[in-house]
Amino acid sequence: MSDTPLLKVEDLRVTFAIRPRNAWPWTPSKDLHAVGGVSFELEKGETLGIVGESGSGKSTVARAIINTIPSSGGRVMWKGEDLLQMSKENRRQHRQAAQMVFQDPLAALNPRMKVGEIIAEPLITHAPDTSKAEVRRRVGELMERVGLLPNQVNRYPHEFSGGQCQRIGIARALILNPELVICDEPVSALDVSVQAQVINLLSELQRDLGLSLIFIAHDLSVVKHISDRILVMYLGNVMEMADADTLIDNPVHPYTRSLVQAVPIPDPVVELARKHPVLEGDLPSPLSPPSGCVFRTRCPVAQPSCAQGRPIMQQIAPGHTSACPITAQERIAEALR
Amino acid sequence: MALFEVNDLNVKFQTNDGTVSAVNGVTFKVNEGDTLAIVGESGSGKSQTAFAAIGLLARNGRASGSVKWDGQEILNLPEAKLNKIRSSEIAMIFQDPMTSLNPFMRVSEQMEEVLTLHRGMSRRAARTECVRMLDAVRIPDANARITMYPHEFSGGMRQRIMIAMSLLCRPRLLIADEPTTALDVTVQAQIMDLLRDIKDEFNTALILITHDLGIVAGSCERTMVMYGGRIMERGTTAEIFATPTHPYTLGLLEAVPRLDRKEDVLPTIPGEPPDMMKGFVGCPFEPRCPLAIDLCKAEAPALEWFSDSRVRACHRKPEDVA
Repeated sequence: MSDTPLLKVEDLRVTFAIRPRNAWPWTPSKDLHAVGGVSFELEKGETLGIVGESGSGKSTVARAIINTIPSSGGRVMWKGEDLLQMSKENRRQHRQAAQMVFQDPLAALNPRMKVGEIIAEPLITHAPDTSKAEVRRRVGELMERVGLLPNQVNRYPHEFSGGQCQRIGIARALILNPELVICDEPVSALDVSVQAQVINLLSELQRDLGLSLIFIAHDLSVVKHISDRILVMYLGNVMEMADADTLIDNPVHPYTRSLVQAVPIPDPVVELARKHPVLEGDLPSPLSPPSGCVFRTRCPVAQPSCAQGRPIMQQIAPGHTSACPITAQERIAEALR
Repeated sequence: MALFEVNDLNVKFQTNDGTVSAVNGVTFKVNEGDTLAIVGESGSGKSQTAFAAIGLLARNGRASGSVKWDGQEILNLPEAKLNKIRSSEIAMIFQDPMTSLNPFMRVSEQMEEVLTLHRGMSRRAARTECVRMLDAVRIPDANARITMYPHEFSGGMRQRIMIAMSLLCRPRLLIADEPTTALDVTVQAQIMDLLRDIKDEFNTALILITHDLGIVAGSCERTMVMYGGRIMERGTTAEIFATPTHPYTLGLLEAVPRLDRKEDVLPTIPGEPPDMMKGFVGCPFEPRCPLAIDLCKAEAPALEWFSDSRVRACHRKPEDVA
């Protein structure tokens, strides 16, 4: 193997055309920049966490990677090959090798199909010559692997609880032996006690099968637990990227700092002693984002210069980049002192 | 005398598949200015406890036991009498502000209605008071924005409007049912901050119903942990988090990933939350409990005091749990 990463995303942009309400037919539609230039690399066997609040574009990035939403700029390179210029055969292989697990476990499963059929469907679609016995063997094996009883194969999704449905979704994502699994908020619909089970299952599978994982969630504690590296997004832009521990213990970008401070810690002694500078205001509308740095309207350290020009990612340390020029300079000056 | 006293509250629902016992023998007190968190997962009965106590159960629900407001029995009181108390003394805010606000009415109309109906204020005086209250929940430019419709506000702003509306009659008790679950983390921090300030400013007692242990840790003095319609443990938040004495509380606290800790594998509680349709004889947590003994299956443990401030329901001794 060469040292090309499994997945390389370069300046990915996704734009949706939004028709204003009550508009005349000839009124031009507005552009909504859901993702405005996201770049990262993902190595084999690595887990990348993407955090952001609602509307930050984290799910759109995921969908652009598996090519269910067309990107409007930038490149997604799968094993060194541009996704948009792939041959048909390679694209078919990419579809098999990159799988997805969705947020609402029950909504992601067809209520009229049996669990066995749901899990087997990708295999039957992509490898139609597989014998029935082989399909049955693989489904049984996977059900056991994700912690379901193989004798439940003929049941329907509604007979399972939320946590079990999520396990079914995971089994379906694994049946084609993927190299990359994208989990879009896989545990946010689950109860706390079940959430831990699914998180453990995912990290166990990732380790045992050598999977690469993109783990998208709004809950920073969960993302930190499972990820090697974390990417923080806000209004379609990357704010900061670093390995998980650095990002939590030593965040540079003011948004990351606010996010870390806003996450409550379930321990009254720690929680009551923490500083809680509350971030003012709401997320601006993505239809008319602020000029310059998109975070400046809520930023505690914003300066007039922030309104000019989109900030570029600066390297703070190897593997640690941040999009805030002000705090980056402070940090670098501190390091020099 | 306690402000709000719930004694042996039971809630049963008649459904097509039989009777479901959603809440069993729940007992607690809230004093003036107190903050109590009711913590539990889905189906634990945490919301139904609050709904039953203030007479908001669905039609097929029946509540029994005793609920005293200021010493007066209010459980199953006729609607008209309950409305008097609910309008002016107890207020409730819900998880999804959009479903609690009328989308066809301007915010000003919805808010003024509360004061003109319950307080007999004039429209003009009501408007002034409403704007003042919106200011208090930190809605910028309240005077102009009060005439907007709910959909013109963001989720966090809508929740602020709900809080402002619930405070209009200066309630002595505010019940918040998952007030921040639908909101982003940074907005959640704003709302919790606001609730804390309001509690201090108006000396309102607060019952916070939530599944999020982090929020509880930062804003409630006392905590009640529920599971399968029963109280597992109740006490001061500091004690419950520091030395949980119930296997469920312990498991729950360990299963939450924490930002300030590096854990390799999360300790989990095996199994799934109980199916309330089935009902149980013994302790509802028994099938998932690592410390379960034969007695747990046969008989539900009673709530017992084991220190001045704490009760628990478990057949095992507190020292066996930790």
